[in-house]
Amino acid sequence: MSDPINALVGKKPKRYDGPDSPRSVGWTEPLRVRLADEGNPLLLDCGESIAPVDVEYEVYGEMNENRDNVILILHALSGDAHVAGWDARAEEYGRLWRKARPGWWDMMVGPGKAFDTRKYCVICSNVLGSCYGTTGPSSIDPATGRPYGLRFPIVTVGDWVRLQERLVTYLGIERLFAVAGGSLGGQQALEWTLAYPGRAKLAIILASSARLSDQGLAFNAVGRHAIINDPNFKDGNYYGGPTPDRGLAIARMLGHITYLSEVSMRQKFGRRYRNGTNAPGFHLGIDFEVESYLQHQGQAFVERFDANSYLYISRAMDYYDAASWGDGDLDKACSRVDSKFLLVSFSSDWLYTPEQMKELALALCRNRKPVTYVNIPSSYGHDAFLLEVEKLEPLIRSFLDGVFLKGE
Amino acid sequence: MSIRWDHQAIYEIIPAGSSVLDLGCGDGELLSKLIRYKGVQGQGIEKDIDHVMECVARGVPVYHADLDQGLAGFPDGFFDYVVLEKTLQAVHKPLLVLEEMLRVGRAGIVSFPNFGHWGIIASFVRTGRMPITPVLPYQWHDTPNIHLFTVSDFLDWAKAKGVMVERGLSWVDGKVQPFGEGHALLAEEVLFVVSRIPHEDTCDLTSHPASFSNDLIRA
Repeated sequence: MSDPINALVGKKPKRYDGPDSPRSVGWTEPLRVRLADEGNPLLLDCGESIAPVDVEYEVYGEMNENRDNVILILHALSGDAHVAGWDARAEEYGRLWRKARPGWWDMMVGPGKAFDTRKYCVICSNVLGSCYGTTGPSSIDPATGRPYGLRFPIVTVGDWVRLQERLVTYLGIERLFAVAGGSLGGQQALEWTLAYPGRAKLAIILASSARLSDQGLAFNAVGRHAIINDPNFKDGNYYGGPTPDRGLAIARMLGHITYLSEVSMRQKFGRRYRNGTNAPGFHLGIDFEVESYLQHQGQAFVERFDANSYLYISRAMDYYDAASWGDGDLDKACSRVDSKFLLVSFSSDWLYTPEQMKELALALCRNRKPVTYVNIPSSYGHDAFLLEVEKLEPLIRSFLDGVFLKGE
Repeated sequence: MSIRWDHQAIYEIIPAGSSVLDLGCGDGELLSKLIRYKGVQGQGIEKDIDHVMECVARGVPVYHADLDQGLAGFPDGFFDYVVLEKTLQAVHKPLLVLEEMLRVGRAGIVSFPNFGHWGIIASFVRTGRMPITPVLPYQWHDTPNIHLFTVSDFLDWAKAKGVMVERGLSWVDGKVQPFGEGHALLAEEVLFVVSRIPHEDTCDLTSHPASFSNDLIRA
């Protein structure tokens, strides 16, 4: 399995657990279900409602008899329901990138891994507005018979969680054992504890916060500007024609800068020039390895993501504020929750900083909610929640296995 | 060698159902027992990540932070008891930590090795080197105890700050005893329950050192 990014910076390719590995969930099937229709539309925070809504989700591991061993994993901005294993339908659904790599959290989800699929049944669904099987801007608007584009309603983290609740109920699960996610996925986990107190016994929130910082809002705004100003964007009506790839690639490049840290960039690229030369090429094209990396990330992204979905999901990220459950007061909001929390920040994450996570931890503490907060030393920046497996694995495993003593 | 007499004493002093903050909670053993057997609402603070992991494995809620940064965010009088079990001598800002303890807790429980113990003084005078004892088993260069102090130092602080010392226990000759006369020299380790607000049945140790009750000591 060659990994072009690592090959580019002269590192060994990542070792994945192949589909036959005892540590892999193996071949996976995307599942689909219609969770809203004309008679039962999904009401949205923006005031509109939407129907039909189809949801793509995946399930690994067995649900036990009481259906109380289910862990719902929530994905981040560019994620999908394919958390672990190898997509058996990659070809059929035109998701060719999935042939080269397993699901996005494969290192954490599988037999014997942090989210151990021998003990727990793990579920993940694609969010509303995305482009991986759940209804989104590229889906057909029943009113026009054409893709929604920007006629798609504005969606929020609250809407996503309401839709996830429909899925959980549809699957006959009364109470989730845990909700877990990083970044925007962590905010969905938090929203679960606020919107449905007691429905999740445990909440694992990584590299996240109660709300995005102004700095984060600013980066998202620039990313959206890049997309909207792409000549191919055409007010979002680009389906069937040339797509706004340059704008989306720029948004992704910008995103990747915010996912790394100064140190991790230095370690990864060290101001090296491309092609192993030690001297500048005296041109304005791609000359440094860091430029090459960003370009690669941008290009790879446009092959798998829809620009309109990026606009909608990044907007949902902007709007999320857990304090809205307490009329703007996070302490008041946290008085609602009835879950046990594991909050993890990463020391070099400047998108969702340790300080922001502490703010959430203290708000929960002040409500006498059982909370464990850990700041993991890491140089990987925001990406650490996907990469610091060796540190996260024992932490998450003992949190899930040990659960808090009080109230047991 | 680890002497855990104070561990047991703290466990017995804290009434069932209290809210407890353990500063420098280590592997979480004390909190784990208090939560499990005394229905305590417990929260630990610990800066060592390996200890934090052990707390998680024990199911003890722990907040990963450095005490020297203070306890901003925890409201005044939020906990019934704040525990400093052999932690004070290892922090960079002991006075800040004590003040924060008394701010967020209605009472504080502090245990520490007494650097004024006669054996330590004798060893220091005899050898001219930093004493190594069962209670302080470290070399000068690898000790976590960066602010060693004596019983008298602590009581001076309490008096100067108007802090009530409600109870005291000493570890003398391998036994737990009520803190009493001469213990500034005789106690290897001590434990004090302190507070800002006078409770009933309390006394200011600095003026009435002999009036400690014996009810804390159980066989």
